[in-house]
Amino acid sequence: MGKVVVVTSGKGGVGKTTSTAALGAAVAKTGKRVALVDFDVGLRNLDLIMGAERRVVFDIVNVIQGTAKLSQALIRDKRLETLFLLPASQTRDKDALTEEGVADVIDKLRSVFDYVFCDSPAGIERGAQLAMRFADEAVIVTNPEVSSVRDSDRIIGLLDSRTMKAEQGESIAKHVLVTRYDAARAARGEMLSIDDVLEILSTPLLGIIPESQDVLRASNVGAPVTLSENTNPAARAYIDAARRLEGEDLPVILPFERRGLLDRLLGRRAA
Amino acid sequence: MNLLDIFKRRGSAPVARERLQLLLAYERRSRNQPDLVSVLREEIMAVIARHVQVDQDFLQVSMDHGETTSRLEIDIQIPNKVAMPMAAAF
Ligand SMILES: Nc1ncnc2c1ncn2[C@@H]1O[C@H](COP(=O)(O)OP(=O)(O)O)[C@@H](O)[C@H]1O
Ligand SMILES: [Mg+2]
Repeated sequence: MGKVVVVTSGKGGVGKTTSTAALGAAVAKTGKRVALVDFDVGLRNLDLIMGAERRVVFDIVNVIQGTAKLSQALIRDKRLETLFLLPASQTRDKDALTEEGVADVIDKLRSVFDYVFCDSPAGIERGAQLAMRFADEAVIVTNPEVSSVRDSDRIIGLLDSRTMKAEQGESIAKHVLVTRYDAARAARGEMLSIDDVLEILSTPLLGIIPESQDVLRASNVGAPVTLSENTNPAARAYIDAARRLEGEDLPVILPFERRGLLDRLLGRRAA
Repeated sequence: MNLLDIFKRRGSAPVARERLQLLLAYERRSRNQPDLVSVLREEIMAVIARHVQVDQDFLQVSMDHGETTSRLEIDIQIPNKVAMPMAAAF
């Protein structure tokens, strides 16, 4: 039985889709079978970040409505044969996903894959709740910034009350993934510190992903950063986070401002 | 970070631009139309079903949106043993 992990945040634009792709690819690279499910119905983007946008034929709504089989809708990654994507639809009908339909899809995926990553839409409404509904674990993507932390707190509340696990009296394993961490701003004391974030959310830390141009470049070319740029700091941070998610006990290292000689000469700041 | 990265850095925006142009051209076209792919798929299936019974399991559909044309690939496995209903009439 595979593990279902929801990648969620409440707030939009914090890095959920980027993190779903990066974590999923990092886990798949270890040979585990991984499915990424885009729950952002109406605004799908995971296909674009994965570089699969030209290959979408069917989507999760087709599967739920019975016009396509799950096996037909799953797109196999061209780089990693253990990595699959189930795209969201572009329909504007918000009720296209039913709870029974989602339950069925997740059940089937869980029986075939080692990991199922659910990329949540922003917000705390139906879409976000369906994405987390059947999760065993949650990655709460948070930027070190007041509104993001506040929204994460609300999401944690939902994870503890509205998920299947919570309703059955079990608790869902929660991890905070701090993304877009800017070491220079942190050094200047302009950003909430990691300790502040963790203390406020009282949830364990999965990793710290630095703000990085590598992430932007990876989305430009349609490859998860952990595949295309796997030696860069953001990719390494994602790879470590993925290992922690798999239960490894790795210390979290605070990203620092790295300025190599060449960077200094060029007056450029490293990621 | 090495010299190669500096040269690579310049390269990714044009790739992004091209990918988006392709995708959006396709999406805008299909926004005001019924989904061409699913219409084709259903009609093709209906035609085939008139002659042989095929299970959905033996149907693979794939898509590749290109610049000026898109490729829709439909791969249907038809079991050899199954007699065609038409042929049975003779
Ligand atoms: N570590 C990072 N460094 C720089 N940009 C990032 C990073 N993580 C995400 N981004 C950028 O932030 C924007 C929002 O990311 P996305 O993953 O789409 O967020 P969400 O899915 O939460 O809305 C994107 O432009 C993405 O490239
Ligand atoms: Mg997103």
